[in-house]
Amino acid sequence: MQAIVSISNLSKTYASGFQALKEVSLDIQQGEILALLGPNGAGKTTLISAICGLVNPSSGSVSVAGHDIVTDYRVTRSLIGLVPQELTLGSFDTVWETLNFSRGLFGKKPNPALIEHVLRELSLWDKKDSELMTLSGGMKRRVLIGKALVHEPRVLFLDEPTAGVDVELRKDMWELVRRLRESDVTIVLTTHYIEEAEEIADRVGVINNGELLLVEDKQALMHKLGKKQLLVELKESASHIPDVLAEWALELSADGKQLTYTYDSSNPHTGIASLLRTISDAGLLLKDIQTSQSSLEDIFVNLVMEKP
Amino acid sequence: MNIYAIRVIYKYEMLRFRNTLMQSFASPVISTALYFVVFGSAIGSRMQEIDGVSYGTFIVPGLMMLTLLTQSIANASFAIFFPKFTGTIYEVMSAPISFFEILTGYVGAAATKSMIIGLVILATAGFFVPLNIAHPVWMMGFLILTCVSFSLFGFIIGLWATNFEKLQLIPMLVITPLVFLGGSFYTIDMLPPAWQTVTLFNPVVYLISGFRWSFFEVSDVSVGLSLFMILTFLTACLIVVWWMFKTGYRLKK
Ligand SMILES: Nc1ncnc2c1ncn2[C@@H]1O[C@H](COP(=O)(O)OP(=O)(O)O)[C@@H](O)[C@H]1O
Ligand SMILES: [Mg+2]
Repeated sequence: MQAIVSISNLSKTYASGFQALKEVSLDIQQGEILALLGPNGAGKTTLISAICGLVNPSSGSVSVAGHDIVTDYRVTRSLIGLVPQELTLGSFDTVWETLNFSRGLFGKKPNPALIEHVLRELSLWDKKDSELMTLSGGMKRRVLIGKALVHEPRVLFLDEPTAGVDVELRKDMWELVRRLRESDVTIVLTTHYIEEAEEIADRVGVINNGELLLVEDKQALMHKLGKKQLLVELKESASHIPDVLAEWALELSADGKQLTYTYDSSNPHTGIASLLRTISDAGLLLKDIQTSQSSLEDIFVNLVMEKP
Repeated sequence: MNIYAIRVIYKYEMLRFRNTLMQSFASPVISTALYFVVFGSAIGSRMQEIDGVSYGTFIVPGLMMLTLLTQSIANASFAIFFPKFTGTIYEVMSAPISFFEILTGYVGAAATKSMIIGLVILATAGFFVPLNIAHPVWMMGFLILTCVSFSLFGFIIGLWATNFEKLQLIPMLVITPLVFLGGSFYTIDMLPPAWQTVTLFNPVVYLISGFRWSFFEVSDVSVGLSLFMILTFLTACLIVVWWMFKTGYRLKK
């Protein structure tokens, strides 16, 4: 695989003096679905905006298909489609008109058949003559996607595409994203939901405080991050962990009343049932059990602390 | 050259004009008609001719300028302010389009609109007063140059303005007084000498003078100077817009 977007040492300090991006370097592979995961204010929108030409980077460089985004902006921008986070749309234009406008703006000659195809893909064909202000939030989101697709980009940026979107549309959207990938469109989406990244992405980049903490294959990341814990409370405190329980690598609390088993959610065979059986076979009495899952918050804290 | 982009922006802006055709024409046409009723017939009949031209006819070029300037600024400033205000400008900014192409689309459309309105006013004036245009080609030249430069100027205001008040500020506080004091209704030599000197710092004087010359072959300053001044203004606006786009002023963060 080869990188379609190559970001190197990109930094952005806003006029206010706030540094929103710190030396971000990232290669986006041709044809992949990359999720940028990070809490609000992490710098996701800033990163995308810099690639698309909406934010002037303070330092560093970005190239798209080997072309620099500043000196070769005509080439790079025509390869990129952007669906912004906010529902920014006109009011009085019709759905059809606004797609036709977008296509022209990106230097492509009018193509009614393609516009029809895109509108049908997005289940918007019956709305083609509706004025934009009459559409629901979900439909506006789809129009924005249509506007980004209608000039046939090679890379599509979706900035928080599921914010304020209902379950149905979300399903449709992932469906569409997968279809686009099949036609070799590279997709970069941002989200602050780990489940979302898990559901759709091939690779996940974690970004916090303007720093790209890691970029990894989703499987590997989930394995690493998706920690779950089983807490076993005992009726009577134990002095040590019985040897028969060694294979689960349990931790015993200081008061001897709680055993903690840490396991991987990506591993279907977690051996909980046999663990519980072995615990009672070893003569320990169970009082209560509960599970806890590491939250995105914990993951970020861990990631940030791991950094030297 | 991204011809398709220029075309869609221009078309989009002209379509907006068509949708509000009544408002776009009604206000300038009605106010022009009122000026002619008041100045042309009521007061004008008691005024003596200026440089051999009846007063009603004399004020036609000045009135056209008043409308051209205000319309050009209003059209162009709104055209760029509004997408900036709603956020839809993101699409233009992320498109493979140069600053010159963006300008051609927006400023071209704004200038076209005010040109059409100017010609409609000229036709309206023809109903009230006898008109004879001495140099039609020069007249069209001045008309086009004025519409383009002031649309550019309006574009700058639209980029600069961060709210609706600022958008209205310059046209109201600066342009209207400059036009009224720029010789729309009189010639400069009708003023006391001290004021004549002050007036020469008013750029609109040169516009109106040149424009009026194309009608009646009488002017306050030479035609060459008028042309020079308007071209200077045009160039200055172009440089400012170029700088604004280069630095991303109020457009990029
Ligand atoms: N125009 C701006 N001026 C100053 N700070 C900004 C500006 N835009 C965004 N920021 C700040 O930069 C940080 C990153 O913002 P953003 O990229 O929008 O984050 P995200 O999309 O991950 O939520 C935030 O702290 C935000 O407040
Ligand atoms: Mg964001």
